[in-house]
Amino acid sequence: MTLALYVPRASPVHRTPAGWKLLALALLSVLVFAVPTLPVVFGALVAVVVLGLVVARLPAVVLLRQARVVLWWLVALFVLHTVLTDVLDGTLTVIRLLTLVLAAAVVTATTRVTEMVAVIERICRPLEWVGVRPARIGLVIAMALRFIPLISERADRIREAQAARGGSVRGLRGLKATVVPLLIQVLQLAQTVSEALDARGADDVPVRRRGPRAA
Amino acid sequence: MRLRRETTAAVADPARGIELRGVGHVYGDRVVLADLDLHLTERRIGVVGANGSGKSTFARLLNGLVAPTTGTVLVDGLDTRSCVREVRRRVGFVFQDPDAQIVYPTVAEDVAYGLENQGVPAAERADRVAEVLERYGLAGHADHPAHLLSGGQKQLLAIAGVLVMRPARIVFDEPTTLLDLVNTRRVAQLVEELDQQVVVVTHDLDLLDGFDRVLVIDDGRVVADGPPESSVAAYRSLMVHR
Repeated sequence: MTLALYVPRASPVHRTPAGWKLLALALLSVLVFAVPTLPVVFGALVAVVVLGLVVARLPAVVLLRQARVVLWWLVALFVLHTVLTDVLDGTLTVIRLLTLVLAAAVVTATTRVTEMVAVIERICRPLEWVGVRPARIGLVIAMALRFIPLISERADRIREAQAARGGSVRGLRGLKATVVPLLIQVLQLAQTVSEALDARGADDVPVRRRGPRAA
Repeated sequence: MRLRRETTAAVADPARGIELRGVGHVYGDRVVLADLDLHLTERRIGVVGANGSGKSTFARLLNGLVAPTTGTVLVDGLDTRSCVREVRRRVGFVFQDPDAQIVYPTVAEDVAYGLENQGVPAAERADRVAEVLERYGLAGHADHPAHLLSGGQKQLLAIAGVLVMRPARIVFDEPTTLLDLVNTRRVAQLVEELDQQVVVVTHDLDLLDGFDRVLVIDDGRVVADGPPESSVAAYRSLMVHR
């Protein structure tokens, strides 16, 4: 499992500031819902694919991997809409969702996490008035992206250890046998991570952090 | 791989070093450390002891991650209780499990994290990150997801994340426990070549070759303190008779 999807390339899409890319993503979401016609929605899908594969020069596997994640959702939505309304509505819904998933993948693959976090911190800056530290919000997001794959790996290791000892990894019992040790491991990890953050000067983070980040 | 010596930004006073005065630490009812009076001024200091002997708590006392229940820990004369931020700038800490120390998703971003906290300007940050990644053979992995690195690379990344902050002293808590022989040698060489004062808590007795001083901790007390040869012999004897 990987959430760190940044693919380094020297492309105009990579050079575009993260804020503009997130704004474009938001506008695209509005467009495909506000103008739900096949030419617009299909045109948006083609544009996203061209932008990702041709302009940003991303490997096709980056987009395919994201499409595969939502494949069964798309199938289920298509069937549901086809049964309840009609095929055109099902097609529109599926293309719309696929377009947004691929557009998000293009933004993620062309934007460093630190750039994304810097935008989120800027957006959250007004929250300083109520005592919230935007840098902390950014750190939480970065850490979520860092630790979700790690926790997923640890869950796999627990399942393997149980399977190696003949334990069941299926059903409610298997879930319980995985969740409890995983929770203990995550709490232990959280304790060490908090120490590591302290050791690396997390307490020194200024309330307001300006300018682009290095990475 | 020959590693260049790291320069230090934080000012260290070798004569003052790290002092522990009547230090003890208690978790609940359990006495983890007791009656520690030490003055650590040597450049290479090793700490050995059985599991649960109090080594890791001892290591955490040295940069203020743990405050002593009794007594005082001073780094260059600064109390770890009242000057914890300044102490942590002077004393870097490398954890046993690098996965717990790497907080950003990609390699370069993680190395930059400590510098951001120190308020280092973006241009200087980028230069220092590039320099340290180059030095530790991670330059080709700058944009790679950290969780896809090998165990040895993760440990190097964790160490790079500390060294880039240029602390005057570095504490390593069992840095080779999760590593194979090649990576253990690599880390040993890295430790050997550092300019900083280094305190290494370890079970790997080979790592202590050439150290100036080795402490043996048993049941929360220092039971041997001297050159590696005599301390390691005392530690072996202690373990044999257990």
